[in-house]
This record gives sequence, structure tokens and C-alpha cells, in this order.
Amino acid sequence: MKRFFISGSLIVASIVYAIYQYAGNTLTYVADNLPTRTIPPPVSQPASSSVIIVSRKDVSAPAKTQTRTQTQTQTQAQTGSGMGMGMNGGMMKSCGASGTYAGAAADAYYGTVQVQATVSCGKLTDVQFLQYPSDRSTSQQINGYAMPILKQEAIAAQGAQVDAVSGATHTSRAFVQSLASALTKAGLN
Amino acid sequence: MKETRVIMTMPIVVDIVGAHDVSVLNDVFAFFTEVERRFSFFRDDSEVAAFNRGAGVPSAELQDILTIAEKTKQETDGYFDIVRADGRTDPSGITKGWAIKKAADIVRAHGCRDFLIDAGGDIHTEGRSAEGEEWRIGIRDPFDFEQIVKVVVPRGRGVATSGSSMRGGHIYDPRASHAAAHDVASITVIGPDILEADRLATAAFAMGKRGAAFIESLPGFEAYMIDTDGVATMTSHFNDYVATI
Repeated sequence: MKRFFISGSLIVASIVYAIYQYAGNTLTYVADNLPTRTIPPPVSQPASSSVIIVSRKDVSAPAKTQTRTQTQTQTQAQTGSGMGMGMNGGMMKSCGASGTYAGAAADAYYGTVQVQATVSCGKLTDVQFLQYPSDRSTSQQINGYAMPILKQEAIAAQGAQVDAVSGATHTSRAFVQSLASALTKAGLN
Repeated sequence: MKETRVIMTMPIVVDIVGAHDVSVLNDVFAFFTEVERRFSFFRDDSEVAAFNRGAGVPSAELQDILTIAEKTKQETDGYFDIVRADGRTDPSGITKGWAIKKAADIVRAHGCRDFLIDAGGDIHTEGRSAEGEEWRIGIRDPFDFEQIVKVVVPRGRGVATSGSSMRGGHIYDPRASHAAAHDVASITVIGPDILEADRLATAAFAMGKRGAAFIESLPGFEAYMIDTDGVATMTSHFNDYVATI
């Protein structure tokens, strides 16, 4: 009887393990009391750069009054991608697809949208708008989340005169404090 | 007239344009000194130390600071929290911006309309510089103390930067087991006033790379976030403040 019980347990354990493996070896924690604050989940991104940042900004709210010309957005985006990426097709010949790829122009109901993707070694490293209706804020609905495309650039020294400089303080008490709370949120503190 | 003193462990610069009595500088620095004596977490004789011992009733000013801290905690879903891991309260993330704002009131009360106060990189400006121009603020390169990487013209709005310590070139806190949350070197926030900019910059920094998206979601705030690869991400109207010359 005891042997039967042990064998049965082993069989059940094997089945459970097999199911676990089949399910992709991941365990998903479902939180039942997620905070309602709009801190979005991080979008998985290549290490060196990210362009699309998820935010639950309500795009149906009145747009800010300043207008931005499309040319300006493109120029800035191109400057960002040109300076920031540093990936050279010549250096990375055998690592996978690299280059810029223009998508087809698409008819969004408010106008025409076209994007260009920059890929390095098979990974997406930049997305720029080639066409975007100029009377809309730069955002795009994907999966129900409004995703503002935040511009990026490589930082560069400025030689101009200034009256004062804003930088992090030498003493990082606030940093340690913030870090502690972040680690607590991550369940690591 | 312009003077710098180190108070609250940081350099505080007060720059006042026009002919004014030196008493305004003395009053401002005396105020910052009093703020340090009353609210420093590290002083045994401060009101914060007394609060942490459970002694007495908090003063009106300390209550004000604590209330603002609680509001910030709620608005940032706990990313900003003045209660440390050991259970003690350290309100310095609020006190600095709060103090600068009060110091500006003192300067204004002396009849000065054109001035700049810089307390450890958090900057309040009013009016115009001695040259009659809008005040120009540089954003420090988090990797090189001597360099600036951006020039902004805040036009009276507060400018605050939160980031890791610059000492020893260590951008990462080596104790951080979850470094992904701190692959941001610094984030500079421009907001309606210095207290708003300061408290939210601190919170945004704690959020790591999502800090910029958080600031983007707030009307009236802009940010310039620099990650540890030297790539900056800016909110959609940050460029409105960037100097064109």
C-alpha cells in the first residue's frame, strides 16, 4: 500500500513537472490588488536604446497649445538616431539584419502615418515618423495604451554661457531613500 | 551681488541683481541655516530627530513638509517615500525645494525682483539676469562635473535634477541588486515652481527609465532624462525651454 502511494506520488509529480515544462517554464504571478496609479509596465527593449515608452497619458485630453511642425520632429528624431546609436553596418556584417526600413504609408483615420525602423543586428533600435498628421500630438494607439514617442539624443557638451548649473547633489541621501523605496516595491528590500 | 555658502551639506548660491542691501543675503542664508538646524535628519537636536523619537508635536512647518511628502507618495504610487527602510522619516527630499521656495519669499519681501537661488543644483529664478536677459540654466553632464549638456531658459519655472552621487565616478549604487531600476544617471525636471520640480524629480529618478514617461503624463512638467549610456530622453515639450543660441 505504501509502495503504491509512493509510486502514485511520483507519477503525479512527473505529470505536474511535465505540464510545467510544457507551459514554458514560467510561473505567472497574478496580483489581485494592483495599484490603480498609472505607472505603466516596462516595454522590453534592447539594452542600448529605446524609443517607444509606454505611458497612459490620456490623448483625448486637449492637446497642449504649442504646435510642433512635422519637419522639426523628424529632424530631431533623425539627429537622435544618427548620433546615438553608434552601430555601424560595416562592423556588424554577420550579426543579423541591420539598416533602416521604411514602412508603407498607412491610412490612420485622421491622416497618413509612415514610420521608418532602424535595425541593428536583428534588433529594433529606433523608430522615426516619416509622415505624421501635423495637427495631432505625436502618439499612437497600440493595444489600447497611448504611447507617446519621446525624442532621444546622445548628450553632447555645450560651450554656451550659463548663469547656474542644475545637477544632482553631491550627497545622495535622496537617492538612497528613493532607491530603498524602489527596492521595496520590487520586493527586494 | 552674489554669494555662495555651504549649508545643509550643499553649496547654496544666492544671486541678486540690482542695488540692494547686503541684509537680504544675510537673511536668506540665516534662513537656510535655520532650516538645517530644525529639519536635518542627521542632527540629534533637530525637529526631525524629535519626530523620529516620537517626542512632542510637530511644528506647523514640519507638518507642512510631512503633508507634502504624503501627497507626493500618493501621486507617485509610493515611488517617493520619506520613510526609510529602518522606519525613520527623512524628509530631505521635500525640505530642500520647500526651503528654496520660502527663501525666494524672503528675497521678494526685500523688494528684489531679479534673482536666482541655487541650492545644490535645484534652481529658482525670477526676473532677469544682470545683463537684462532671461536666466540661463545649464544641465550638468552626469559623467563630467565640468561639462554641461544642455542650456535651458526656464522663464521663472523651477529646475531640479535628481540623480546618483557624483563622487568617485560611480553612477551605479553597487548595493543595488536590481540595477535595472537605476540605469538612469540623472533626470532634470522643469515644473511650475522649485518645490514641484524637486519632489517630482526625486520620484521620477526612483522610477528608473520610466521616469520620463511619468513626467510626460503630468501637464505643466517637462523632463530631460539621461541614462547610463549617455542617451537622453526628453518629454514632448522640453524643447520649448531649450536655449536656441
